[in-house]
Formats: sequence, structure tokens, C-alpha cells
Amino acid sequence: MSIAITTQIICFTVLSLVVLIGALGVVLLESIVYSAFLLGGVFMSVAGLYLLLNASFVAAAQVLVYVGAVNVLIIFAIMLVNKKEDLKPINDIKSRRIISTSICLTLLSLLIRVDLTNVWNISIPQNSIGEESTIRIGEHLFSDYLLPFEVASVLLLMAMIGAIVLARRDVMNKDISTGLPVDQELIEKSSEPLLTNKN
Amino acid sequence: MMNLESIPIQAFLIVSSALFCIGIWGLLNSRNAVRVLMSIELMLNAVNINLMTFSSYIDNNLIQGQVFTIFVITVAAAEAAVGLAILLSLYRNRVTVDMESFNLLKW
Repeated sequence: MSIAITTQIICFTVLSLVVLIGALGVVLLESIVYSAFLLGGVFMSVAGLYLLLNASFVAAAQVLVYVGAVNVLIIFAIMLVNKKEDLKPINDIKSRRIISTSICLTLLSLLIRVDLTNVWNISIPQNSIGEESTIRIGEHLFSDYLLPFEVASVLLLMAMIGAIVLARRDVMNKDISTGLPVDQELIEKSSEPLLTNKN
Repeated sequence: MMNLESIPIQAFLIVSSALFCIGIWGLLNSRNAVRVLMSIELMLNAVNINLMTFSSYIDNNLIQGQVFTIFVITVAAAEAAVGLAILLSLYRNRVTVDMESFNLLKW
């Protein structure tokens, strides 16, 4: 990358601040809709970090797949299940919070210690291939990573079929009592919520 | 302050560690099932930043980390689709997205 080091540092600082503050907002904000939009911001900033790491193809894939597909999917799910409900209070929520926060902080300190103390074997001519990385990824995908590539296509097919099967609603084509065909646009099978009262 | 040639690798690694821990915290503490899925996406992104950093700093000739990141993005997309479909059918049966009420498999 041919950007000056000062510019790189400024970009990195801004992007990582957006990533971390946005991620904190995703997990801490009350409104789930704000969380979803902040998640989109986090994904975009991660794509910016990839650009700083000289990976334009992966940055584009990140924007397309995460912001364009996953985030939109999450927003649609929020739209479909967003119902104001007052959650039942849990009695030991405080101790649970304390334990989980301490576990996370311990893990964070452990990871940061590893990051800082380990001697990384950094190769000296940094960023040597630069913009050729897209070509190199293509070569990898069609030579030594060919099997994972093909398996990924099967995985996507299975995920698509599975999502359709799971999320489909059963629509009845005739009325139960009279046997007459029904207008399918309006009537859905009114199923009792099976498991609501079994707590 | 020493004269840097590029951003130190530790900076990227610390950002990804912090992002991973925020994701774990959200996964453990969210009551809303959609937020749990979002936390999983955050954790996957942290892993991706790690892979990309190592691919750029250590393995910058054969960028295998970038290929791994592509596969992780693929799996994450599939996971999000199936997870949200499961969430929808769960919502249809239980009329809630509260994680505390999904206790059917509790021992």
C-alpha cells in the first residue's frame, strides 16, 4: 500500500474506534433496531480494515455479503418478530452479569497478553503482492482449495433449502369443515401456539 | 516514539480480541434471540480480522488467510440464513424471542 504511514494510522484509529464502539452499541443498546443498523456500520468499518490490510477483494465480499445480505436478513427478521413484550424478570440476573463480565474480561486480558508478548514472525517485504491478491485468491480457489470451494456450494444449497423448509408456513388449500377450496391469499392455517404454556 | 514503517500487527490483533470478547459478552447476556445472532456475527468478524491480519503480515505471498476468510464469510451467510429461519419458526410456536423461555431441551 502506498499511503503514507500517518494516514494509515489515522484511518486505522478511526476504523477501529468505530468497530469497537459500534460493537458495544450492538450488545448494549435497548432498541434492537438501532443495534441492527450499528451492526451494519461495524461491518462497513471491518471492510475498511481489510482495505488497510491490502485485501480489496475480501473487503468487497465483506460489504456485499455482510452488509448486503446478512444485515438485511437480520433487519427483516427484526421486522417479522418485533413485538413489544415485557420480559419476565430473572432472579439471579445480577450474579449472572458479574460472572459473564468477569469471564469476558479475563479472556480479553489473556488474549491481549498473548498478542503483546508473543514474538510474531513478520515477513520483511510487507504487502509484496498488493493488488494481485485477487488473482492469487482465484488461483487458490481453483487449485489447492478446490474441494472446500465445491463443498461450500453444497453447503449454501443445503442452507437455502433448510431455511425455506424451516421458515415456510403451511397453507391449507381447502376448508376443513366444508371441504370447499379457500382463497389462499387470505387464510393461513391457524395453528395453536404449541408450546406457549408449557414452562 | 519510534519511527514506524507500518501499523504494528499487535494493533490489529488487539482490536480483533476486543471485538471477540464483546461478541461473547453479548452472546451470554442477551435476552433477545436476534441479538444473540448479531453477537455471533460480531465474533465471526473478529476471527476474520485475525485471519486477514496474519495473512497480510506473515503470509503475504501465498495469501491463504484471505481464502480462509472467504470461506468463513460463506459459512457465516449460511449460518445467518438458517439461524433466522429457526428463529422465525420458534417465534411461530412460542410467540416470543426471549432466550429464557426456550427451555425445551433443559435437563
